[in-house]
Amino acid sequence: MIARSKAIESILEQLDDETAVLSTTGMITREVYAAKDRPGNFYMIGSMGLTSSVALGVSLLNPERETVILEGDGSALMSMGTLALIASETPANLIHVILDNESYESTGAQPTISSQIALDDIASAAGYQSVHRVDDDEGIKTEIAACKTSPGPHLILVKCSIAPVPGIGRVDLTAVEIRDRFSAHLG
Amino acid sequence: MTIPSTEFWAALKSRGFGFFAGVPDSTFGPAYNDLLNDTEIKYVPAVREDVALGVVSAAALSGKNGAVVMQNSGVGNIINPLTSFNLLYKVPALLIIGWRGFGGPPNDAPEHWIMGVKTPEMLSTLDMPVEQLEVEDWEATLDRLLTEIQEQSVPGALLVRAGLLS
Repeated sequence: MIARSKAIESILEQLDDETAVLSTTGMITREVYAAKDRPGNFYMIGSMGLTSSVALGVSLLNPERETVILEGDGSALMSMGTLALIASETPANLIHVILDNESYESTGAQPTISSQIALDDIASAAGYQSVHRVDDDEGIKTEIAACKTSPGPHLILVKCSIAPVPGIGRVDLTAVEIRDRFSAHLG
Repeated sequence: MTIPSTEFWAALKSRGFGFFAGVPDSTFGPAYNDLLNDTEIKYVPAVREDVALGVVSAAALSGKNGAVVMQNSGVGNIINPLTSFNLLYKVPALLIIGWRGFGGPPNDAPEHWIMGVKTPEMLSTLDMPVEQLEVEDWEATLDRLLTEIQEQSVPGALLVRAGLLS
């Protein structure tokens, strides 16, 4: 299984500069920032579970812009209603990535329930246009490429390992700076 | 005297609001259906109030105006996004909140009694602008709230009692 930080690097490598990427609170946002800070990144430093809602709004209001959600299994479980809402709103430009390490890694790797709950099956039942489960670099590259060329919403469940990055920094931007840069990117 | 629903939504549209999300409330009565049926308005039927606020916040990030429509029983659900997202990032939104339990017991159903009394206090403790809709001078009240929202770049709440919109 791929380490989550490596999965994030692999995903970001596949995305165009124009793509809006919204990442969830905790280590995922910090790993995104460390891997590739870019103007199209929106770092949600608080409000666990809210990133997918904001990303849904971004995708609906900017239908020509590819929009990517990067969240964890804990965040996805917290906001499972949003998963259903995304499916019902059918934003064609949305790719929803759940980085599933079956734990609340940011708070000390306490277990989530996702070892027993198939989040990809739930997305499929909700009505996502395509659903993929991957666990390595090659799978990520293949499925991101496929999602970019067909109408979404798409869900990619990346099963990854618990592998904290030693000494990883925090986002060195204020919340208002994150907002302003992202807004300017959306134009 | 009431505020005609069509005039209320038209006033919001004329002020640039075309993107709404919410969770229905009977306070609004048929006015809610007018919102849903308005072809010039995109309404997202959010599954919770915090989800509605998240969706609508994308409007401000996209250079547009967005509004949440909800019941005050959902105020608890928006405290986390307000404190760790909207107020922190200075992302504005208009919150149109139906005020169940206005005046406290014995008004309305028991589940609305506590929040009915505490609603203005809960919102103002976050230093958000809060206004109460009244029939008299309602457009001036709306404009005052929208000005505060814009100047402070934060969410602001418009409290709407039952029977005000027709």
